[in-house]
Amino acid sequence: MSYQHKKIILDPIIDNNPVILQVLGICSALAVTSKLSTTITMCIALTVVTAFSNAAISLVRNHTPSSIRIIVQMTIISSLVIVTDQFIKAYAFTISKDLSVFVGLIITNCIVMGRAEAYAMKHPPLPSFLDGLGNGLGYSALLMVIGTIRELLGSGSLFGYPILPLDRDGGWYVPNGLLLLPPSAFFLIGMIIWVVRSWKPAQVEQPEYRIYHAPRPEVAS
Amino acid sequence: MIDLVNLFIKAVFVENLALTFFLGMCTFLAVSKKISTALGLGIAVVVVQSLTIPINNLIYQFLIKDGALAWAGLPEMSLDFLGLITYISVIAAVVQVLEMFLDRYVPSLYNSLGIFLPLITVNCAILGGCLFMVERDYNFSESVTYGVGSGAGWALAIVAMAGVREKLKYSDIPAGLQGLGVAFITAGLMALGFMAFSGIQL
Repeated sequence: MSYQHKKIILDPIIDNNPVILQVLGICSALAVTSKLSTTITMCIALTVVTAFSNAAISLVRNHTPSSIRIIVQMTIISSLVIVTDQFIKAYAFTISKDLSVFVGLIITNCIVMGRAEAYAMKHPPLPSFLDGLGNGLGYSALLMVIGTIRELLGSGSLFGYPILPLDRDGGWYVPNGLLLLPPSAFFLIGMIIWVVRSWKPAQVEQPEYRIYHAPRPEVAS
Repeated sequence: MIDLVNLFIKAVFVENLALTFFLGMCTFLAVSKKISTALGLGIAVVVVQSLTIPINNLIYQFLIKDGALAWAGLPEMSLDFLGLITYISVIAAVVQVLEMFLDRYVPSLYNSLGIFLPLITVNCAILGGCLFMVERDYNFSESVTYGVGSGAGWALAIVAMAGVREKLKYSDIPAGLQGLGVAFITAGLMALGFMAFSGIQL
């Protein structure tokens, strides 16, 4: 694997993360992260779909007229999602119930469409595959961080195994119920954006308006 | 009748697609900088939602549902694995037809909605609404009500969010939180506000 290929995979994980910088794929990041087991299933499903749809779309890119490209992409993506959905239903039925409509919603997950449109339409299959893989991993990395924080602090466990002994079972940890509610994911992502942008100031957006400091007027004494 | 009214109120407030289920968040955060554009997108979503959900409902009831092909003499057959690909094709087709119809007959509306219409195909609120309709097995009149209601709820949420963000841009925010960061936190606070509706039983 050359340096170039490594860069395509590693770049989206922090420097160009799909969720916090490209603002793609936020819906599922909020809704599936209250438990690590659902989070990791969703991450694997999305990474697989993104990687293979990117490769497939890139294979047909020279034969697709641009006026119907959206519907071609949609067909490829939804076929892959149907396969994934049936696979999860067959091998992890309870998790598939927990995920409810969100596996189906991978079709409209903006990461898949966004990468197909921005990358796979212009590059050969192998780099496209790696780009899909990288973006899937960037999404997964962020979701795993959020999922870990929410499950550990919200219910004191990881993957359903108790880590912090709970108050109601005679332990010391009083679980923070807010973290099990979906809005907490918004706050966590907001905080993560703050941390990442303080670490990499190049990502900071410029404010539209600045507070104007008026020169101090001369006061006649 | 009273059931339908309850369903409508539930779809707008209690089960708001944007702020309770977090669907369509990408466009929700990307297009909520100005009230006028947010309103345009909101109206487009209401129209598309109230067309696609009833159409998909008919397709689901008569073609895809388990045992739905009994009228064609095939009571054993179930096509429900084709659900996802059908719904998304219907959505893409409705959006395309709507775009051409507006372009031909209502050019002023077409010009103001122009760029948002193609975006709606990939808005997860639309597909999410269809999937919820299937999961809850609505009949036709319920699906019409749910379509209009959920679209209106999403429009309400994005217009409210744009209102907040228009004021927010004048405030003094720490550098790292500028822009996207503070938008997330605002959306979180709005979602907490909408959770107050979840206690309402209809």
